[in-house]
Amino acid sequence: MPNWLYQRLGDRLFAAVVVLLALGVVAAALAIVAVLYFGGREAFATFGFFGFVLGRVWDAVRGQFGAWPPLLGTLITSAAALSLAFFPALSTALFVVEFSSGRLRETVAYLIDLLAALPSVVYGLWGIFVLVPLVRDHLELPLFTWAAAHAPALLPILGPPTGIGLLSATLVLALMIVPYASALARDALELVPQSQREAMYALGATRWEVIRRVVIPYARAGIFSGVVLALARALGETMAVTMLIGNSVNLPYTLFGPASTMASLIANEFTEAEDDLHLSALIAVGFVLLLIALVTNLIATWMLRRMSHGEGRR
Amino acid sequence: MVRTAFLTLLLLASLGFAGRIQLNGAGATFPYPLYAKYFSVYYKLTGVRVNYQSIGSGGGVRQLFAQTIHFGASDAPLSDEKMAEFEKKFQTPVVHVPTALGAVAVIYNLPGVKEPLKVSGPLLAEIFLGQVRMWNDPKIQAENPGLRLPPLPVTVVHRSDGSGTTYIFTEYLSKVSPTWRERVGFGKSVAWPTGLGGKGNEGVAGLVRQTPGAIGYAELIYALQNKIPYAAVKNRAGKYVLPSLASVKAAAEIEDFPKDTRVSLTDTPAPEGYPISSLTWILVHQDLGKNRAYKNRAQAEAMAKLLWWIIHDGQEYNEPLHYARLPEVAVKVTEENLRGLRYNGEPLLR
Repeated sequence: MPNWLYQRLGDRLFAAVVVLLALGVVAAALAIVAVLYFGGREAFATFGFFGFVLGRVWDAVRGQFGAWPPLLGTLITSAAALSLAFFPALSTALFVVEFSSGRLRETVAYLIDLLAALPSVVYGLWGIFVLVPLVRDHLELPLFTWAAAHAPALLPILGPPTGIGLLSATLVLALMIVPYASALARDALELVPQSQREAMYALGATRWEVIRRVVIPYARAGIFSGVVLALARALGETMAVTMLIGNSVNLPYTLFGPASTMASLIANEFTEAEDDLHLSALIAVGFVLLLIALVTNLIATWMLRRMSHGEGRR
Repeated sequence: MVRTAFLTLLLLASLGFAGRIQLNGAGATFPYPLYAKYFSVYYKLTGVRVNYQSIGSGGGVRQLFAQTIHFGASDAPLSDEKMAEFEKKFQTPVVHVPTALGAVAVIYNLPGVKEPLKVSGPLLAEIFLGQVRMWNDPKIQAENPGLRLPPLPVTVVHRSDGSGTTYIFTEYLSKVSPTWRERVGFGKSVAWPTGLGGKGNEGVAGLVRQTPGAIGYAELIYALQNKIPYAAVKNRAGKYVLPSLASVKAAAEIEDFPKDTRVSLTDTPAPEGYPISSLTWILVHQDLGKNRAYKNRAQAEAMAKLLWWIIHDGQEYNEPLHYARLPEVAVKVTEENLRGLRYNGEPLLR
């Protein structure tokens, strides 16, 4: 290309390519929303938006579709997995950044990242063959027999101790999201300036005090971003959960008993849904899942902004 | 020189390609291994290439309606409403061509129980309704006088994904239990009153294997290949029958085999028949010319000949793959139906 043309057009061309690609992504996102909305319209029209979201019966034979059982399942598994995963994730990040160095540090960081790279079907298989028998024989059965003898009131909350169900699915989900929360927390902790730590040590603080009062507060926005990413991942996880949760839409859910999530319900029923309303209801579930992801993201952005403000004032 | 040779080769290849007939089908996953065998043998015999995609029965029916494929395949016959919709849309009826029989085995995991469990239909319904909760329940014991049943809780395992297997199983339960019919009904996905859901035959079998006291259902082929214990089910004649190629084939030996072959074989009256058996079908337009997927008469003729071959010579590939053969009565009825196939009004077979 001649030099003058390059100088005139070069930047414009570059800008055009960037804008086009960026718009393409935005258009794809909007197209997904549109497809989910129009695909689910029949279900929303039949049951009403809130009738659908809060409906407690999912019965393809009678053409009754309510998304509440899988919605509840998604919320429970995600929230429980997140609270289980938070402290281990933070601890591994702290361990890597504050307590280890050299090869050990690299190895641990690498292993945690590897957890994120494992396909979820592998987690599912590991869950079925390793975790489920362990949980059933060493956690659920002892608890269940103890409750049967001493606290029968607990039995309806515990549910059948088969190993397959809410508890196992949540445990595996928690393990799956640890690396996401951990990786971002690690990056944030690494960005804490050394001078901050040194200043604190100079004042005679212990390591615990330094971490609690300087390192974590300084890195909290990054840590929180990791939590949000992990939550998003938990909301949408399909394969491993489908393999472990027992796939039942019967309320009420119990601690050990089977449950269902929105993603697993769609994965289960989509291929053989012949009836138009059934298909529409499944797409509508996808739309509701999208709404939930959207709301979580909005809340997260808002909280993140508040946090950064706080940092500024400090 | 080299160039000329290359061009000639190219020309020959394209000629050969143009002369070759290709048919596309899609649908049920259950007969997929069998169809793959049929079509590879048929290609070697005749040079007609058949592509089959196992996207599920529902998808097969939908694609046939959309005229994107030459034939569909389904584990369940079209309902009367769908038949009417089809005829209205295409001005020609749909033809059901049965190809094989399959069965649903009741699989279980009872440590220490060696002999096959026996169950009647109503008992099976009560178990899957969650009304019989312990294995040593007198109702189960009454049907298995010789067995020492363990005091284990019953864990029901069912398919979580929509499937033809579930359709056949729940249709059977609906026939033998009024309570089941009223509370659950039948379909490819139903609202299970109790139990764990596993995805696919392998998911159900995996859960049953892992859980002492579990009972579930899976395609017979899957249970046979994976050596999972399965139960003998009491048929309408009052006999406990284990599922096998012979007892499944026997299920279709009924006197008044309907002309359109849309017959449900669950709870069969055949005295030696296994009661949870079913046919699987290939679906085509009666006048193939009404399906836009057909470009010329040669394609339609190839399709008709393929179907004729499947219900005759093709049947010998069924049993090695654990599918039961069509009984004579089904073949006779289907022959008549195939003679009725047309291409723009002209008959295709004589």
